[in-house]
Amino acid sequence: MILILLALAIIVGSGFLSLLRGKQVRSASWIGVTGVWLGSVLILYAAGSVLFKGGMESWRREITIPGGALSLYLDSLSAFFLFPILILSSLAAWYGTGYLKPSKKNLGVHWFFYNLLVASMVTIVLAHNAILFLMAWEAMTLASFFLVTFDQEKETVREAGWIYLVASHLGTGCLFIFFLLIGAQHDSLEFERSNATANGGIFLLALIGFGTKAGLMPLHVWLPEAHPAAPSHVSALMSGVMIKTGIYGLLRACELCGSLPAWVAWVVLGMGMASGILGILFALSQHNLKRLLAYSSVENMGIIAIGLGLGLLGISHHVPGLAMLGFLACLAHIINHASYKGLLFLCAGATGHATGTLDMNLLGGLLKRMPWTGATFAAGAAAICGLPPFNGFISEFLIFAGAFRAGTTSNGEVAILCLAVIAGLAFIGGLAVAAFAKAFGTTFLGEPRSEYARQGHEVEVSMRWPIVLLASLCLILGITGPLLVPKLFPVVSGLTGYSQEIFQRELGPLMAVLPKITLASLVFFAFFAVCFALRRWLLLGRVVEQNTTWGCGYLRPDARIQYTASSFTQPFGDLFHWVLRTQRWMAAPSGFFPKPTSFRSETPDLCQGHLYHPAFLRLNWGLSKLRWLQHGKVQLYVLYIAAVLMILLVWKLAV
Amino acid sequence: MSVATFIVPLVGWLLAPLLPGVINRVKAKFAGRRGQPLFQLYFDLWKLLRKGAVYSHTVSWIFWTAPSAGCAAILTASLLMPLGGTPALLALPGDIILFAGLLGLARFFTVLAALDTGSSFEGMGSSREVFIAALAEPALLLSLAAIARKITQYSLSEILPALSLWDWLQSTPALALATAALFIVLLAENCRIPVDDPTTHLELTMIHEAMVLDHGGPDLAFILYSASLKLWLMGSLLASLLVPVHAGHWALDLAIAIVGVFGVGVIVGVVESCLARLRMPIILQLLVGASTMAAVALILLLR
Amino acid sequence: MIDLLLILVVLTNLKLLGASRLGASIRTVAAQGVVLGLLPLVTHPHPLSIRILELAAGSVIIKGFLIPGLLFRAVREVDVSREIEPLVGYITSLLFGLAALGLSVWFGAKLPLPMGALSSWLVPVSFFCIISGFFLIVARKRAVTQVLGFLVLENGIYTFGVGAMQEVSPLVEAGVLLDVLVAVFIMGIIIFHISREFEHIETDRLSTLKD
Repeated sequence: MILILLALAIIVGSGFLSLLRGKQVRSASWIGVTGVWLGSVLILYAAGSVLFKGGMESWRREITIPGGALSLYLDSLSAFFLFPILILSSLAAWYGTGYLKPSKKNLGVHWFFYNLLVASMVTIVLAHNAILFLMAWEAMTLASFFLVTFDQEKETVREAGWIYLVASHLGTGCLFIFFLLIGAQHDSLEFERSNATANGGIFLLALIGFGTKAGLMPLHVWLPEAHPAAPSHVSALMSGVMIKTGIYGLLRACELCGSLPAWVAWVVLGMGMASGILGILFALSQHNLKRLLAYSSVENMGIIAIGLGLGLLGISHHVPGLAMLGFLACLAHIINHASYKGLLFLCAGATGHATGTLDMNLLGGLLKRMPWTGATFAAGAAAICGLPPFNGFISEFLIFAGAFRAGTTSNGEVAILCLAVIAGLAFIGGLAVAAFAKAFGTTFLGEPRSEYARQGHEVEVSMRWPIVLLASLCLILGITGPLLVPKLFPVVSGLTGYSQEIFQRELGPLMAVLPKITLASLVFFAFFAVCFALRRWLLLGRVVEQNTTWGCGYLRPDARIQYTASSFTQPFGDLFHWVLRTQRWMAAPSGFFPKPTSFRSETPDLCQGHLYHPAFLRLNWGLSKLRWLQHGKVQLYVLYIAAVLMILLVWKLAV
Repeated sequence: MSVATFIVPLVGWLLAPLLPGVINRVKAKFAGRRGQPLFQLYFDLWKLLRKGAVYSHTVSWIFWTAPSAGCAAILTASLLMPLGGTPALLALPGDIILFAGLLGLARFFTVLAALDTGSSFEGMGSSREVFIAALAEPALLLSLAAIARKITQYSLSEILPALSLWDWLQSTPALALATAALFIVLLAENCRIPVDDPTTHLELTMIHEAMVLDHGGPDLAFILYSASLKLWLMGSLLASLLVPVHAGHWALDLAIAIVGVFGVGVIVGVVESCLARLRMPIILQLLVGASTMAAVALILLLR
Repeated sequence: MIDLLLILVVLTNLKLLGASRLGASIRTVAAQGVVLGLLPLVTHPHPLSIRILELAAGSVIIKGFLIPGLLFRAVREVDVSREIEPLVGYITSLLFGLAALGLSVWFGAKLPLPMGALSSWLVPVSFFCIISGFFLIVARKRAVTQVLGFLVLENGIYTFGVGAMQEVSPLVEAGVLLDVLVAVFIMGIIIFHISREFEHIETDRLSTLKD
C-alpha cells in the first residue's frame, strides 16, 4: 500500500511541477506524462499482485472530521478497475503530448488537472470510507470539468462544461444522501459488506447518483455535450474509464446494501435496455464523429448495466449461473469498452487534428491519407459492434450465454427478462453495425467530400503509437479473451459471495469449451490467409486495371454523388422518427431549371429538449419568485444566517 | 470426433453452389422456361477465378481484402452448423451467437467495401442492407431461442440433432411459428424475393447486388461463393427443423438432410415465383412480423 | 386441437394489427370467425349434439361469411380507398399486440376461472381478443375498421362464452351475435350517412359536429 501512496504522490506531485513549468510547453507535458507513467507502473504492480495472487491490502489514518478516516483498501474489485484506468490514462497522456503540441495555451494547468483526474480516479476505487470517496468523487468531477473547458474561449465548450458540472452535482447530491442513509444503517461511514436485506429505495438513490456519472438513460444528458467539447485524449479518458467509476460505485453500492429486492434488477435492466437501444439510435443519427461516439458510450454503458441487471436478477432469484455470467459480462465489457472507446476517441481526435473538422458529411477518403488512424479505427469499429474476433464479442457473448441459459431453463420472470434481453441486445448489435459502418464508411472511405478532408494527413508518432497499441489490445483481448474470462472469477466471487465450487459446478462446462471461440478466431484468420493468398496467386500475372467507379453510365462522377452520413441513416430516421425527432431543413429541386438545393438534418437530445430543459425553465421561474430575498446587502445575509441558526437551535431543543 | 464431423462442412462447401441452381430451376419451371443449367454457379465461379480484375481509383485496401475476409467468416460459420444429426466441428454452448456474429462480420466487410467505392448506388445498397439486417437479427435470435427453449439446450449441435417428430407433435404451433420466422430471416438475409431481388437489373431496386457492383474477377467469385454458402447454412438450419428424422446411421441421416436442404431450396423457389418484391415499408412490417411470430412462439413455450 | 384453433385466433389478431389493407383485414376477421365457429365442435362437453352443430354452423355462417360480406358491400358502396390509415403505426401496433398477449397470458394465469380447465389458452385468448378489439377501435380512423375492432372484441366475449358453455346456456351467445348484427347494420347506416353527407367516412371528423 505504501507503494500506491508513493505512486499517488508522484502523480499529483508531477502535476504540481508541471503547473509550475506551465509556460514551457514541452517540459510541462513531459513532466506530467512521466508522472502518470511512473505512478501507473507502481500501482499496476501492486494491483496485479492482488488480482493474480489474491489477498487484500489496506491502510488507514484517522482524520478529524466526524466519521472521516483516510482509509484505503485494495481488494480484487479495486485492483480490477485499476487496470483499465491506469493503462488508458497512460496511453491517453502519451497521445496528449502530440495532440496539444500546436496549442498556445498554458499546458501546465492542463496537465495539473489531468494528473489530478487520474489520481482521483485511483483514490475512488481504493477509498474505503464514504467521506474519502465523496472527496475523491468531487475532485474527479472538478478536474474533469476544467479539462473539458480547455477550449474555454468557445461558447459551446463553456455551455457543455456547465451542463456537465450541473448534472454531476445533482448526481453527487443523491450520493451524499445515499452514503448518509447507509452510514446511519451501519453506524459507520466505513465501507462494510452488509448481509441485511436492503431497502430498494436507498439503492435507487445510488442508481441515480452513479447512473448520472455512468451516463445511463435518462441521466445521460451531459455525455453528448461534454465529450465533443473536451480535447480528444480527455474524452477518451472520460468515456473510456471515468464513466466506469459510476459502474464501480454501483457495484460497491450492491455490496453495501446487502441483498436487494427483485424489482431493483428490473429497474437496472430497464435502464440498461433503454440506454442501449436509445443510445445507439441517437448515435446513428449524429453527424459529429465525437457526438456519435459519446452516444455510443451511452449504449455501451447500457450493455454493462444489462450485464449488471442480469447479475442482480440471478442473485435475487437464486440462479447462480445467470448471476455469475451477468457479473462476468459486466466486468469484461468494462475492460473491452475502455479499450475500444479509448481507441475510437483517440482516432476521432487524430481525424479532427488532421482535417480541422469532425462533421462526417465533410469528411471521406481519409483511409488513404491516414492509413494508421484509418486501420485502427476500423478495428475499433468492428470491436464495438461486437463482431468476432475482436474483444467486444466476448462480453456480448457472455451476456447472451447467460440470457440463453436462463431463458431456456428457468421459468417466470427470469425467463421473460432474459428473452427480452436477447431481443434487445440483438437489435442493439444490428444497429451498432449500422452506426459504425456509417462512422467509418463516411469518414475514411470513398472520396473526400470537402477541402477539409483533402488536406488530411497522418498524425505524428506520439499520437500514432497509443492508438496502434490500443487496437492491438482490442484484437489480442478478442482472441485470448475466452481464456481470460475464468480469471475474472475472484472479482465476481468478491461481489456475489459465490464460492469456487459453485462456479465450477454451474459454469465449469461452459468455461471448459470457451477456448473454442479462440479456436474459431484462429480458424477465421487461417481461412482469411488462404483466401487472400489464393486471390493474390490468381491475380499474379493477370491484367489488373484501374478505372472509375460504376456510376450507371454517368461519366463524370465526383465526390458529391456519394451517399452521405445523413442519407445512410435515413431509413432508420424514418422508422424511429417518433423517438429521434430528427429536424430536417430541405430546399428541394423544382422546375425545369432547378436552383441550388440543400438539405440539413439535426437530431438534438430527446431528454434534454423534452425533459430537462422544460423542467429547469419551470424551476427557474419558480425560484425567481424568491428573488426578493436577495438584496445584495451583507447585513441582511448575516441576518438570514443568524435566523436559521436560531431556528435550528430552538427546533433542536424543543424536539 | 468422427469422420462424419469433417464430412458435414465438406459437403456444404462442395454442394453450396448447387442450391442457387436448384432455386433458379424451380423458378424457371414456374415461368415455363427451361432455365439455366443446375451447375451454372460452378461454371460462373470457374470463369471468374480465371479472370483478371478492374479496381476503381477510389478504393483502398478495405475493398480488396473484404471479399476474402467475408468468405473466411462464412467458411468459419460453416464449422458451427450441424447437419443430419452430426454435430459441428466447433460446437459449443452459445454457438448460436458466434454464428450470428460471424454472419455479421461478413456483412460488415461487404458494407465497408461497398462504401469504399464512393458510389451512391452502393451507399444506398449498404444502407438498406444494414437496415434489414438490424431488423432481422432479433427475429433470428428469438426464433432460435424458442427452439432452444423447447430442447433446453443452447448449442446448435445440441438442439438440431435432438429435435424429433415427437417435439413437433407436442408443440406444433410454437415450432411452426419459429420455423416460419426463421424462413423469413432466410429470405431477408440471403436477399431473396420478397425482400430483395437477386435478378433485378436496375441499380436503384437492388440491395445486395448493388453493394457488389464494382467487384470483379476472383473477388466476385469469393462473394458469390460465400453468398451461396450462407444460403446453404441457413437452409441446413431450416432443413434440420423441418425434417427431424433420425434413421440410425449417420450417412443415411446426412443424405436425408441434404435432400432436405434442397427441399428448402425448392420452397424458396416456389415462394420467389409466387411473390413480387415488396416495398421497403412492407419489408419492415414483414421482418417485425417475423420477430413477433418468434416472440409468440416463445410465449407459447413459456407457459 | 383446441389450443391449435385458439393460437390461430391469436395469429389472426396479430395479422389484423399489422395489416395495412382494408380487404385483407376483413378477410382476416372472416377467417377468425370461421376458426371460432369451429371452436364449439372441439370444446363441447357431451357427445356431439344437434344444438352444438347448429351453433357451430350458425357462427361460421354469420361470423365467417355474412358479416364480412356485408362489410365488403359497405366498403364497395361507399367506394373508399383500400388503405387503413392508422392513428398508431402498424409496427407499434404489432409490438402493442405482443405486449397485450403477454398481459393476457398473465391475466389467464392469475384468474382461476372454471373454463380454464378446458384449455389453458381459453381465457388468455379471449382477453387478448378483447384488448385487441379495443385497440383497433381506438387506434384506427376508419369507421369500417372500427366495426372490425368491435367484431374482434365480440369474438373475445364469444370465446369466453364457448368456454363457459358447460354452465351458461348458449342463449348468451345468440344475444351477443344479435347485438353484433344490429351493430353492423347501424354502422352500415352510419357509414352511408356519413359518406352521403360529408363525402368521407372518418369518424374523427365527426368531432367537428360537436358544437
